[in-house]
Amino acid sequence: MTLATQTRSTAAAFSGLKCKECGAEYEAKAVHVCEFCFGPLEVAYDYAHLSKVVTRQTIEAGPKSIWRYRSFLPVATDNLIDVGTGFTPLLKANRLARRLGIKNLYIKNDAVNMPTLSFKDRVVSVALTRARELGFTTVSCASTGNLANSTAAIAAHAGLECCVFIPSDLEAGKVLGTLIYGPTVMAVHGNYDQVNRLCSEVANTHGWGFVNINLRPYYSEGSKTLGYEVIEQLGWQLPDHIVAPLASGSLFTKIYKGFQEFAKVGLVEEKAVRFSGAQADGCSPIAQAYREDRDFITPVKPNTIAKSIAIGNPADGVYALDIARKTNGNIESVNDQEIVEGIKLLAETEGIFTETAGGTTIAVLKKLAEAGKINPDETTVAYITGNGLKTQEAVQGYIGEPLTIEPKLESFERALERAQTLGRLEWQQVTV
Amino acid sequence: MSVKVLIPTPLQQFTANQATVEVDGATITELLDKLDTSFPGIKARLCDDEGKLRRFVNFYVNSEDIRFLDGANTSLNSGDEVSIVPAVAGG
Repeated sequence: MTLATQTRSTAAAFSGLKCKECGAEYEAKAVHVCEFCFGPLEVAYDYAHLSKVVTRQTIEAGPKSIWRYRSFLPVATDNLIDVGTGFTPLLKANRLARRLGIKNLYIKNDAVNMPTLSFKDRVVSVALTRARELGFTTVSCASTGNLANSTAAIAAHAGLECCVFIPSDLEAGKVLGTLIYGPTVMAVHGNYDQVNRLCSEVANTHGWGFVNINLRPYYSEGSKTLGYEVIEQLGWQLPDHIVAPLASGSLFTKIYKGFQEFAKVGLVEEKAVRFSGAQADGCSPIAQAYREDRDFITPVKPNTIAKSIAIGNPADGVYALDIARKTNGNIESVNDQEIVEGIKLLAETEGIFTETAGGTTIAVLKKLAEAGKINPDETTVAYITGNGLKTQEAVQGYIGEPLTIEPKLESFERALERAQTLGRLEWQQVTV
Repeated sequence: MSVKVLIPTPLQQFTANQATVEVDGATITELLDKLDTSFPGIKARLCDDEGKLRRFVNFYVNSEDIRFLDGANTSLNSGDEVSIVPAVAGG
């Protein structure tokens, strides 16, 4: 595959890759680590150029997808993979806010992102667009589930070969939601960190485009759109505080980068935004480092129902720590029971069914609110990154059951009375 | 006391493009010195100016992260496999 048939876009403002640690510069190829210091490579942009050509109006005139922000994304051609990813609802969450004793709460709802119901569609749309530009015909990933769903689906749409790697103990919905698109699925006996290490070795030897390994500089930029969209949906304003889940830490750092970029090019007025991160107790290497005031991460072996964020050796952990500290945010963790309660709380107050990562985020939001670490008046955005239908095992047994009745009025009345009595009892139990 | 070492792509320029090499060494620290004798310059890429392992590189002995073992002092036995893997991946 060559670039000859593709149109080079005049809007492309990215110039190459730069090491986040030592500043060494690289061509915009499929490389992800600095060969001098092993630091992560990041895409560099010409912000002076962007501030001249991009306005709120040019963005608003774009498609209702992440590609309205394409000038800030690392793609060089007009051959975009646009499957309607992004521009998900930003919901004012009044009922949840009341329950938590705060006033200005918003939910950024990527549980309904397209096409596979998680924020991963953002990063994959960018990574596979870039993969095609770089000439890859097979794409791959190391995944805790959501990424595998997304890579397989978008690869199917783009006509790319696909082979994904997952830990063998994932939720059934995540496995089925990958297999349906027809990729090769490698279910590895081991945790995510072991899968990831294996993939780093496979990426060395096979000429494949691993979205979160050799394409990682491009892939991770897709998460910036979660920052841009919130700015635009708040009426071109920054929030005061955000709460997001932490797995590798990449999403967290890229929301931060997105906010910084829009301020830098004059699309939004600069303002301090607090960044708070959420982890599960059973896999909380970043929260532990935060608590112990360390500036390095000690890896852990994950054991939590929040499998989608169970990364024991987080690549961007130190950067996430740094951002939480310098923005006066927090990093908290919650146990599995609190995660289930978080899932239920969001569903019952806002009508959003999220997966375990979202339950973690809501549970941490609750913990922070109760500890007075969320100012009741500050505009707070909680990022919900995945859909609850994929992790049904997590809540099975913790929710009600249907009342089975006969097709008779009498049977219905009897059941209704019983349900109301049970409801009253439950209510009394809570207040005692 | 020969140990098999998996070399990541960015360092294969030091090993004449070999993805695996055989080296002696009783610990990770010793192995790094031996590697540098055979492939001059490679240690400076893996360790900082103070000789400490860089924070964005992971070492595994028989698939176990050395941070769960003895770090740079982790002892090695003949036939062990040591993987050197860039830390920045995944997520």
